[in-house]
Amino acid sequence: MTKPAEQLAEALTKVAAQHFGGATITDLKRLSGGASQETWSFRTHKDGEAEALILRRAPGGGDSNASGTAVGLETEAKLIQLAADAGVVVPTVRYVASAADGLGSGFIMNHVHGETLGSKIVRSEDFASVRPKLARQCGEALAKLHAVPVTSLPPLRVSPAVEEIARYREVYKTHGHPHPVFDLAFKWLSDNVPEDDRQTLVHGDFRNGNIMFDATDGVSAVLDWELAHVGDPMEDMGWICVNSWRFGSIDKPVGGFGDREDMFAGYEASGGPKVDPDRVKFWEVLGTLKWGVMCTTMYEAFKSGMDRSVERAAIGRRSSETEIDLLYLLAAD
Amino acid sequence: MQDLPTSLEIVGVVSDFMREQVLPELEGRTRFHALVAANALDIVRRELETAPSANVMEIARLQALVSSKETDLGTLNKKLSDHIETGALTLETPGLKEHLWTSTLTKLSIDQPKYSAYRKALKENRT
Repeated sequence: MTKPAEQLAEALTKVAAQHFGGATITDLKRLSGGASQETWSFRTHKDGEAEALILRRAPGGGDSNASGTAVGLETEAKLIQLAADAGVVVPTVRYVASAADGLGSGFIMNHVHGETLGSKIVRSEDFASVRPKLARQCGEALAKLHAVPVTSLPPLRVSPAVEEIARYREVYKTHGHPHPVFDLAFKWLSDNVPEDDRQTLVHGDFRNGNIMFDATDGVSAVLDWELAHVGDPMEDMGWICVNSWRFGSIDKPVGGFGDREDMFAGYEASGGPKVDPDRVKFWEVLGTLKWGVMCTTMYEAFKSGMDRSVERAAIGRRSSETEIDLLYLLAAD
Repeated sequence: MQDLPTSLEIVGVVSDFMREQVLPELEGRTRFHALVAANALDIVRRELETAPSANVMEIARLQALVSSKETDLGTLNKKLSDHIETGALTLETPGLKEHLWTSTLTKLSIDQPKYSAYRKALKENRT
C-alpha cells in the first residue's frame, strides 16, 4: 500500500472498532478521485461476517470546505439522509467523520450493488428487461427528492434560472472565444425564463452516470449530491435529458434509456405536480449550454498551464457537440 | 512554400504509428492517454483536410450576415455573436439558421465525427 493508503487503513480500523464493532478492515481500494473528493471501498469484519462499505472524503484527508458550486461533505451526508427520509433510494449513511478520527472530512455509507456506467445501462443486454422501466423510476425518485421540506435543508446556494444563466454567461464571456450558437442559446434562454414559482431541493447532477441501476430492480441509488442546491425542480428533469448523457442513444431522451412521457408519468404518480414539458425543455437547453461552457472551461485549465494533459486540451473540442445539440433544440425546423 | 512531406502527411503518419505500434505496447492510464493523443492528432488531420476551403466559405457567409468586409474569422464570429446577443440577427434572419448549421456541422466533421447528433444530421442530409 502507498503511505496515504496505510494511514487511511489505520484510521479506518479505529473507526470500525469504535462504530461498527469490527476489529479489522480489508480490501481497501480507491474507486475514484476528483478535485473535490476521494471515494474508497473497504470491508469490515464482525463475528465472521463481512460488510462492504464506502468512504467519501476530502482529497488527502483534508478539510472539505464548500467551494464554487459544490457543497461540503458534511452537507452531502445530511442531504443523503434527508433524501432517505423522503423515500429516495440512496446509500445509507453509516457514519459522519469527526476531526478526531483522522480521516479528514467525510462520511461512510453502505456499499450498494449496481451499475453506474452509462454506456452499459444504455446498451448492455443485462439491462434489456429493466430498461423500459427506468425513466418512470427516475421520475418517481425525483418527485420524492423534490418533496424534501425546504425548511429541513442545511444551508445551500439558491440558484433559480436567471442566476444559472448569468453564471454561465459570465464564464463564457470571460473565456472570450466566440461561439455564435452559445449566444443564440443565451438569448433564447433569457427570452424564455420560466416563472420562479416553485423552489425545492435540486439534486444538480441527476444524470445517467450518477444513478446506480440494478439489472432486476432498476434505480438502486441516487448518487453524487455535491452539486445540490435550491432552485427550479425541473432543472433535474432537463439535465437527465441532455444528449451528452445519452451515450449515443439519441432517440431515448431520458439518459439514453427512456422517454420523457414515462419520466413525467412517474413524477406525477409519486406526488409531483403536473409537469410542463416546455419548462423541462428550457432546462434541457440550459443544461446543454452549461456542459458546452464547461468544456471550454476545461480547455482554459489547460491553457493556463494548470493541467497540461492531452485529455484536458482535447475536451475543448467537444463543445461543438453541445452546439449541434442546441441547434436541434432551437433551430431544427 | 514548405517542403515535403506536407503537414497533413506528417500528422497522419504519426497518428498511424501511435495506433499501430505504440498503443499495443501500453496499458492502463498511459494507454488511455495515448489513445486520447492519437484521437487529438486525428482532429488535426481532419482540420488540415477540411478547414482551408470551409473557412473561405464561412468568411463569405459571415461577411454577408454582418455586412462587413472584414476577413478575420475570429473578428467576424465575434460580430455575429454580438448581433445575435442584441437580437439584431435572429433565426428569422435569412441565412442565419443555415449558416449556424453549416458551420457547426463543419466543426463536428473535424472534432467529433462519431457524435450521435452529427450522425443523425448526416442521415437527415442536413448541410
